[in-house]
Amino acid sequence: RAMELPPGHFSAARAAAAAVGYLRYLRGGPGCGLRLRELRRARRQDIDDVGHKYYLDLELEDVLDKDRTVSCTAEVLYHLGSKTSAPDVQLTVQGELRSTEEADKEFYNRMRSLEKELVAENIPDSHGNVPPELEPIHLLAWVASGYVIWQNSTENTKFHLAQVKHVQQVKRNDEDLQFDFVLLLHEMVSQ
Amino acid sequence: LTSLFPLQLDFWLAPRRLGRPVDIRVPFRSLQAVKAHLEASGVSYSIMIEDVQALLDEEQTEMLRSSRQRSVDTATFNYEAYHTIDEIYNFMDMLVAENPNLVSKLEIGRSTENRPLYVLKFSTGGTNRPAIWIDTGIHSREWVTQASGVWFAKKIVQDHANNEGVASILETMDIFLEIVTNPDGFVYTHTTNRMWRKTRSKHAGAICVGVDPNRNWDAGFGDAGASGNSCSETYHGPYPNSEPEVKSIVDFVKSHGNIKAFVSIHSYSQLLLYPYGYTTTPAPDDKELNEVSAKAVAALSSLYGTQFEYGSIITTIYRASGSTVDWTYNQGIKYSFTFELRDTGRYGFLLPAKQIVPTAQETWLALKVIMEHARDNMY
Repeated sequence: RAMELPPGHFSAARAAAAAVGYLRYLRGGPGCGLRLRELRRARRQDIDDVGHKYYLDLELEDVLDKDRTVSCTAEVLYHLGSKTSAPDVQLTVQGELRSTEEADKEFYNRMRSLEKELVAENIPDSHGNVPPELEPIHLLAWVASGYVIWQNSTENTKFHLAQVKHVQQVKRNDEDLQFDFVLLLHEMVSQ
Repeated sequence: LTSLFPLQLDFWLAPRRLGRPVDIRVPFRSLQAVKAHLEASGVSYSIMIEDVQALLDEEQTEMLRSSRQRSVDTATFNYEAYHTIDEIYNFMDMLVAENPNLVSKLEIGRSTENRPLYVLKFSTGGTNRPAIWIDTGIHSREWVTQASGVWFAKKIVQDHANNEGVASILETMDIFLEIVTNPDGFVYTHTTNRMWRKTRSKHAGAICVGVDPNRNWDAGFGDAGASGNSCSETYHGPYPNSEPEVKSIVDFVKSHGNIKAFVSIHSYSQLLLYPYGYTTTPAPDDKELNEVSAKAVAALSSLYGTQFEYGSIITTIYRASGSTVDWTYNQGIKYSFTFELRDTGRYGFLLPAKQIVPTAQETWLALKVIMEHARDNMY
């Protein structure tokens, strides 16, 4: 009952973007930036009174570890008629994502050792530059935008993070790190 | 002090003998320790440079600025950087001056803000030969496209000089290249808003500025796939060809009458697209366009492995009405294609400058497939 979609079909690409957003929210971090390398296979099932469900085979890579790819299957269910609820996404990552414990720790310690709270803007800048010390912040923005993208995805949207306009570290009394982001999202379909 | 390694002191003027000054660069986190040590030892000190990093940053900016100084010829022009409109227009003039027998510059109209719309013509002679049209930068924020256009221009000249590549195409066909197809928008992305897409026109009754030049063509104009709201990024405008940037190309194409291939270049998404965008009805030449696309994409991918999808606009990306290549196709220009160049969203519009040349190089291979196919399948 699930119909095969050509991987180049726009509806498959949109569902993949929603799945990747959700995945970044779940598994991303300052030392891990997951990116869709290839959409291998896509199927779609129209479920009466429920909605449209997409079955996707994705090939992912960590932008910090490009030599390795990881396979992932995703199920993306867009609820019928719902303008306000996020799609349900189920993900199964095959194999192991590289451990980022050390990178995360290094980032944490570096942020904790700053004299003043971090402030930055326009990441990347107009020319596509990201200073190396801000790359973990950039990847954290992927995590944050991943959540927002997943929450706002429909069959008629394809979101990407266009730019971090502003990031401000928030002073805290405990040992947690907090960052407030202002993000620019690009929605491909309505531009 | 020199033996206190954890302090990571960097002696710019090392200790020599008593009474002689010593200059030390002190890392930020060692400042307190060093001050305390010197004061405790009764050693007087003064600060020569408050913030070494700030100086370095300034120097870096200065270096970048001076490397952006106008180059005197197209051999020293920096193809690996993004340029301003003045630098690109200057590049065009230099290219023409260096190759007067091959390249000429045509002004096909003026933008809303009265900037000239320039097209480079590459021709080895003849009269109104069958021609190929390429445009870049119709959406101003897609910076890798104008940058690639500059590279293409130089590449055409080089191929001709070395009698390779497109030199054979130039024996029987002309190439027209409009690099800054939306100059007002382009300037705006430099001065005010890097993410500006549309033109900068303000029409009567419109609340917002700008029309999407890729929705303003007379093919399915105003149908689903464009917006009637002037504040939308896909605002189609009050009527077809309301934008001088679009009208000038329409007039040029109609009066030339012999264009055989038309390629409009965008970013990002890594796609090669052909008509239609405004209807699900397949184009009559859908099969052939699909085959050419497959070949072009394979050629592109052969260089750096960059993966492209391909297909009609409406099935591959979205419904779009009033788009460029739907109009050119309906005019009878069979080989009408739109590219979406690198990347797939990691940097999006903000593609790092170091990817300009690889992007241009791989795209050129796909363009050659299209140009050669047009030449070998003249209609």
